[in-house]
Amino acid sequence: MTTLIINQIPIPKDIPLPLPLPEWLLVFVLILSFLIHILFINLMIGGSILTFWYEYKGRFNADFDKLAREIASTITVNKSLAVVFGVAPLLSINVLYTLYFYSANALTGNIWISIVPWVAVAFLLFYLHKYTWDKLADNKPVHLGILAIGILSFLFIPFIFLTNINLMLFPEEWGTINGFIDAMTLPNVFPRYFHFITASMAITGIFLAWWFGRKAFDTEKIFSSISRKWIIRQMLNLTLVTTGMQFIFGPLLFLTLPTKGVSWSLFWMIIGGVTIAVIVLVQLWKMIGKEQLVIDKRFYRLAALFAVIVAFMGTGRHIYRENALSTHREMMAERTAAHWEMVKQAHENLLLPEVESEAGSFKPGQNLFQTNCAVCHAATTRLVGPAMAEVVPDYKNDIENLKIWIKKPGRKRLDYPAMAGFPHLTDKQLTDLTDYLLNETWE
Amino acid sequence: MDFPLFHLDFMGNRMLVAIIAIVHVLINHALAVGFAPLVTLLEFRGYLKNKKNPEEGRAWDEMARKLMFVAFIITTTVGALTGVGIWFAASLANPTSLGSLIRVFYFAWFTEWIIFVLEVIFIMIYYLTWKRSNESARSKRKHIKFGFFLSIFSWLTMAIIVAILGFMMTPGSWVNTPSLVTGFLNPLYLPQLTFRTPVAMMMAGTVALMITAYTLKKTNVWKPQILRYISFWILLWVPVAAAGGFLYYWHIPRAMIGNLPVALGTQQFQDWYGSLLTTLFIVVAIGLTIGIAGILAPRRLPKHLLVIPVIASFMFLGTFERLREFIRKPYVIGDYMYANGILVDEYPLYQQTGILKHTPYAAMAEVTEENKIEAGEAVFNLACTRCHTTHGISSVVRKFERMYGTDNPLNAEAMKVYIKNMHNVRHYMPPFPGNDAELGALAAYISEQQKRPKRLEGPQVKGVDIKEIIYDNQK
Repeated sequence: MTTLIINQIPIPKDIPLPLPLPEWLLVFVLILSFLIHILFINLMIGGSILTFWYEYKGRFNADFDKLAREIASTITVNKSLAVVFGVAPLLSINVLYTLYFYSANALTGNIWISIVPWVAVAFLLFYLHKYTWDKLADNKPVHLGILAIGILSFLFIPFIFLTNINLMLFPEEWGTINGFIDAMTLPNVFPRYFHFITASMAITGIFLAWWFGRKAFDTEKIFSSISRKWIIRQMLNLTLVTTGMQFIFGPLLFLTLPTKGVSWSLFWMIIGGVTIAVIVLVQLWKMIGKEQLVIDKRFYRLAALFAVIVAFMGTGRHIYRENALSTHREMMAERTAAHWEMVKQAHENLLLPEVESEAGSFKPGQNLFQTNCAVCHAATTRLVGPAMAEVVPDYKNDIENLKIWIKKPGRKRLDYPAMAGFPHLTDKQLTDLTDYLLNETWE
Repeated sequence: MDFPLFHLDFMGNRMLVAIIAIVHVLINHALAVGFAPLVTLLEFRGYLKNKKNPEEGRAWDEMARKLMFVAFIITTTVGALTGVGIWFAASLANPTSLGSLIRVFYFAWFTEWIIFVLEVIFIMIYYLTWKRSNESARSKRKHIKFGFFLSIFSWLTMAIIVAILGFMMTPGSWVNTPSLVTGFLNPLYLPQLTFRTPVAMMMAGTVALMITAYTLKKTNVWKPQILRYISFWILLWVPVAAAGGFLYYWHIPRAMIGNLPVALGTQQFQDWYGSLLTTLFIVVAIGLTIGIAGILAPRRLPKHLLVIPVIASFMFLGTFERLREFIRKPYVIGDYMYANGILVDEYPLYQQTGILKHTPYAAMAEVTEENKIEAGEAVFNLACTRCHTTHGISSVVRKFERMYGTDNPLNAEAMKVYIKNMHNVRHYMPPFPGNDAELGALAAYISEQQKRPKRLEGPQVKGVDIKEIIYDNQK
């Protein structure tokens, strides 16, 4: 006989409430709202890095400093939209993958919850940076330092999300994880991370090319030495280079994916995305090479193609998740059904007559004493409250006051905690109980 | 049961949720729900005054903008993040409960989200276009409109979330006919909303008064008028807040009657319930004093003392917030799920067969003489850690020491008897969910913890044990 040593897979049971919407609709909401959320996250991260870059270059050319300031003003809006658009996917993933998502969160809990204060502080740093631009104009190291801490936070926080979203796919690993670092070093987290950061720069390039290319943005009034065309070219160059780099990070990501979720549909989905990415690269190359560089139809077509790539990749991501979890979900559904069958059985057992019921042989007052009073009072020894032998004589001929006391007691003995009241006992019950208390011999 | 159970052995999970939630509620009420209408009103006054005396109009407008700056910075950072943070923390502290609530309240939360998106968009427009709006009277009027929209949507986000909070206390008819509407129409909904709205307005007034007193220089000739106006705002809302508070106060025990009548008889509830009325009186007195003083003698308002009404109004809300925690016990969702995350329906099974068998996240399925202490730890983890720690806040060892004294070591036998019946006398405690062997293991673990204190690390530090669950699915 051979013994296989495998990781034990936890099979929890599912929450016994129906999904609020058909599953496909929830999936649609999840993918769409997630992509919108991540778009603004991309712009927030990419924008903050470019702000730093141009402000740093701005030490020698005031125009770059102004450009940095213009980019910084987009972060204010993008970061708030990123947070608010994060709520819908969070809600949807909570509903669709409750067991997986919360388990992963719990296993990395300390770092997971630190997202809350950390992002808040990072946002405050960005405001500090934005609103001290003039005040700290002569003290650039400090001003850039504030920004740098904010950017480092922005660069690390996605790690926490990626780690969790990755960990939830692998219940077979949950038993081997001791804290965040373990989860972070599972295969695939780092390739996903680089893929994501690079995408942030590419998307930001497209966005800022549009932002500064708008007619409403008066380049000539703001800058003296840099032109609209120059900015657009810079931004599109950034998109070109980073999209090109994805041809390294993309395959790396695909190859490190644990095989359990890889399927042909995933493969074709990715091939579809890659094909369009090649078209985008060629178009970008042509566009940048042209003398006339303006935001025109061609640009919008390019942006639309980009959106299609993102949709392909977002769907692929979901296909992988579904594949990776399908077996586990079946096991979980089976166990949930079996569990509720057992619960039903247990409820039926309750209706069976108790064979050796001790309580049945008690007098009604004794029964009440056992369930309500014996918790704190014994015959002769001190428990939570004083011994019965000590207190009963106080009420020897005073049954009414004993009833009043039980209903609404106070505190008589300072070395004991106050007694809890029993206002829910009926008069009949009180009579039974006090009869029993006063007639029993406590020894 | 079905999740690795995140646990903080010093501060406790509930404290984590409480800190994040209280910070959020205070910011939400004081700096969003109440602040938006007050700032819009001040801006509108500035606009009206601008026609007669542009200098005065500008002073009012500038002060309103400064107030909004503070609100903008705080709400879009700490405010927004603690809002999401409540989810993060609650899903760690009681995943089963939040997971269930989200299934019931998906639409409410989704609607909340849409309103929340609009609120964020309006606050962005309102604050970020303020300076540009001063260019013409027309753009100013448009700007004031956005302040109005912001006020409406801030209030709406609160109006929806209150339904969910109210539901957790008293599900009303939800347990019998689970649906969104029955959850929404729970009996505490309107009293809560009638209480929170004016309190938010009052809180905003006290904060605005303090900020204004600090930011405007003594030499600013318009300062007394602005202070007087904000004082008037406070004075206007104090009686409404008092009435709302009393209405809520009056409804609490009445709404709870069908739910947990016995808890109302406890000493703790009586003490706490009495303290509500005291707080109500004190806060109303402070609010009235400051309102009247600010109207009669705005010049002589001592600015350093203006922090007192701010703290008082925050405490007002805080005292009532504690109510929700208290009143829902022993349940986390009334009549449906106990505070330990275990469903009322599942209790017979666990009590008959033991609870350890049914969780994948414990090393053992049965209690034996050898594994007693470890099994006790596993039971403690499942049944107690949503509220208790070993030696930190709400320490289980301390609770027993307070009852039995520290003269003798804790007696495992006595604790066993106590835990088995405690829900009859401590009505806020859920019944013990396991069998007798597990109860013995738990009592042994607690007395062991007293003898040799040992930190209980959560799965976020030491990982989880996993075992295969044997179940019969032949049926």
